[in-house]
Amino acid sequence: MKYTAQDFKSNQEVRWCPGCGDHSVLASLQRALPQVAEDLGYSMERFVFVSGIGCSSRLPYYMNTYGFHGIHGRATAISTGMKVANPTLSIWQATGDGDALAIGGNHFIHAIRRNIDINIVLFNNRIYGLTKGQYSPTSPLGKITKTSPYGTVEHPFNPGALVMGARGTFFARSIDSELKLNQEIFVASAKHDGCSVTEMLVNCVIYNDGSHREISDKEVKADRTIVLRHGERMIFGKDRNKGLVLVNKELKVVTIGEGGVTEDDILIHDAHTADMGMHSMLIDMKWPEYPVALGVIRDVPDKTYDDNVRDQLEEVRAKSTIHNMEELLHSGSTWEVK
Amino acid sequence: MQHKIIDIEDVVIRFAGDSGDGMQLTGTLFADSSALFGNEISTFPDYPAEIRAPQGTVSGVSGFQVHIGSVEINTPGDFCDVLVAMNPAALMANAKWAKPTATIILDEDAFDEKGIQRAGFKTMNPIEELGIGDRNIIVSPITTLTKESLKDSGLDLKSIVRCKNMFTLGMCFFMFNKELDHTFEYLERKFKKKPALIETNKKVLKDGFNYASNIHAIANTYYVQPAKQEKGTYRNINGNQATAWGLLAASEKSGVPLFCGSYPITPATAILEELAIHKELKAKTLQCEDEIAGICTAIGAAYAGNFAVTTTSGPGLSLKSEALGLAMITELPLVLVDVQRSGPSTGIPTKTEQTDLNQALYGRNGECPIMVMAAHSPSDCFEKAFYAGKFAMEHMMPVILLTEGFLGNGSEPWKIPSMKDLPEIHPPFIKDASECGGKFSPFERDPETFVRRWALPGTPGLEHRVGGLEKSPAGVISSDPQNHQHMVNMRAKKVAHAAVDIPPLKVIGDESGEVLIVGWGGTFGHLYTAVKEFHKQGKSVSLAHFDYINPLPLNTEEVFSKFRKIIVCELNSGQFADYLRAKHQKFHYYQLNKVQGQPFIVKDVVDAVNNLL
Repeated sequence: MKYTAQDFKSNQEVRWCPGCGDHSVLASLQRALPQVAEDLGYSMERFVFVSGIGCSSRLPYYMNTYGFHGIHGRATAISTGMKVANPTLSIWQATGDGDALAIGGNHFIHAIRRNIDINIVLFNNRIYGLTKGQYSPTSPLGKITKTSPYGTVEHPFNPGALVMGARGTFFARSIDSELKLNQEIFVASAKHDGCSVTEMLVNCVIYNDGSHREISDKEVKADRTIVLRHGERMIFGKDRNKGLVLVNKELKVVTIGEGGVTEDDILIHDAHTADMGMHSMLIDMKWPEYPVALGVIRDVPDKTYDDNVRDQLEEVRAKSTIHNMEELLHSGSTWEVK
Repeated sequence: MQHKIIDIEDVVIRFAGDSGDGMQLTGTLFADSSALFGNEISTFPDYPAEIRAPQGTVSGVSGFQVHIGSVEINTPGDFCDVLVAMNPAALMANAKWAKPTATIILDEDAFDEKGIQRAGFKTMNPIEELGIGDRNIIVSPITTLTKESLKDSGLDLKSIVRCKNMFTLGMCFFMFNKELDHTFEYLERKFKKKPALIETNKKVLKDGFNYASNIHAIANTYYVQPAKQEKGTYRNINGNQATAWGLLAASEKSGVPLFCGSYPITPATAILEELAIHKELKAKTLQCEDEIAGICTAIGAAYAGNFAVTTTSGPGLSLKSEALGLAMITELPLVLVDVQRSGPSTGIPTKTEQTDLNQALYGRNGECPIMVMAAHSPSDCFEKAFYAGKFAMEHMMPVILLTEGFLGNGSEPWKIPSMKDLPEIHPPFIKDASECGGKFSPFERDPETFVRRWALPGTPGLEHRVGGLEKSPAGVISSDPQNHQHMVNMRAKKVAHAAVDIPPLKVIGDESGEVLIVGWGGTFGHLYTAVKEFHKQGKSVSLAHFDYINPLPLNTEEVFSKFRKIIVCELNSGQFADYLRAKHQKFHYYQLNKVQGQPFIVKDVVDAVNNLL
């Protein structure tokens, strides 16, 4: 069956603030899923949206699919149980920087470590929106918020670095307004066997407006971000004349045509290599020294947790002499009273 | 010398030693052999939290008490007839549990100056200091004899010394005229891959047996006849294993695969370990990153259509509180097993208590009643775990099953039930969108039972959303005041209505009289034994023991009203008594409470009840 974005829209009124970046991410998902369904042969009832607590965690109500709105920080654990219980489900998790990286940090890294086949969409607006404007684990050092009136005194997380630290198999990054790129990423994350994490740089129009502006504004975006695609050269810039090269094991921005640099000198993105070195460097790139990396940065095939659970179950069942409860009850040392 | 064999009805043996001395294994093997022989048994492992506590100190003493009998046995026994003390600290800690007529076996080698001092004795004569000189004390150089027995074994000295528990076990087997076969079989299984160790352990066991038969100190040996048990096939089982099997049985009966998300915690870990073995029965276990993930993975699995289980102990129940509320408001089936231990906080992790009752009943935000039940003996854990699963799945709600360290670790012979005799389990699945006219409302309920339907992701046309936010019956977020009141009422009614399916409260003894002993959970054996004593004396004392706590059995008031006095006995400061005061206000409740990390002593109960007669 062929679906349209409309099929994935629920009858619920979307209650995010006007101008909130979450609207675009929702639209991107609703546009990506028909493609996912077609490419993977899924029908509507296989999709489940799971969330924790926070603005973005309202998303499951807006999808016309199965949905579970959990409690703060625990969406990843709920998704994990769901996937293990029924591996045929396509599980999508909407979570925020507070939900996934503060209260739910533990579940987040362990789901990645296990490589459970779920799709985590991390809405990173670098602020607590639903509680009206406190700093989050991704708020930059010095950020002034209601709970940091003199500026924060703590360093933020880079979500991608956490994914790498947990030896994740899939990491992508995008900006809320990049609908096309978002769809491309969501389709790739659905096709990835294992835990996929997509960091969505989202604007909170009320409490943290313009948080990503220095890279997301139309005029500067092309020069301050680089969209990575597997097998393509790492070229960016509005004139498509800048690129990344490796010098002394470090990335360097160069201009094609200057100092003898040709297009052939520019690195080719390999998202599928298991090696973490290059992916870590790309994830760590910060403007103004580097462009911020967008797109699928890492997409490495590996055995998933749910596959391993299934395989072990089958292996033990094939070997076992016990096939039902009655046999279990009578296994081992027993005696008769006559 | 020809020794005399004396027939006795029941006997209590307590094995005590350093926590590394293998006393738990020694006790278990003695208990298993007795059970296989057909004795009634009850066991009580009593060990420190440290895996290897400071050697030779009282804090590091590990004990295992086993009560065997040719008659019905309901407790591990208050005081022991035989005490095995592998070192001075074991004697120091356990002498108080030895009956005046007890035989005490000591390892002479451990009673050197250093050992006696480490145990905290003031003099070099522990026996005199403890005032136990009149007991039958057998002092044997067990370590030396073990070394001698195994000098040609090729084992290093450390490994040889470790075998002294087998030597001691051999001595005890002689004292009680037990066969060695069962233990031989155990050794063959355990050391299948190390045949040398099979022979070594067999030899030292036999040498201990022979040594005991040669020394004159053991003039009399004892014989406990097999008990007159009901016909059937029996096995020995401990509470944690029985809990795991009961859950597996509920999974098989319902046809719903089991999922257990848990985090290791003493004394509940063995349930997760047992479930992890049984992948052949399609049980999936996930050892989570924490207690919260344990219950949350289970909730996710329940939504996806599995029989969801999470196992824990007191501190873990605290961590799971918020998620229990989520399971309650989403009305998903879930069994939470709390193997209670001594609290608050970390408390005394390896010791037993019934102090989590209030937490189980009330420990959540909002109006959040949850069904609470309790197992009353190690083998009863099977039935209660099965019924916890049945109630959870048929009534679409979380159920808390309270067991106790005392039950989880304790074992007893169990007549194996037939799966055919267990009732069916019918979860209220909705299989097809046509059953609801194409529009599924997740919180529409059966008008009689208040139970909602269970719609599984993957079913076309039943797409719906649940969550922690209050919903209308149609499953739409609602903060409407009247709707909230309605939903709160409906959820409470559903739990209360489960009482209809709960067996009526039974009275052991006369149905009316002077004193009714009221108990719940793992104190059953001690309370029952006390009541039997009263009956022997012709006194009007009965017992009503609660397996179902929320809701209470429907005939509770009727039972209570027929007694002049009611005494509630529990291993906490009065949590069930207070609950009864709230639920059935017209009665006066006397109390017997103990919060020492130890089970009741039958005499405590008898004395307390005698004060009311």
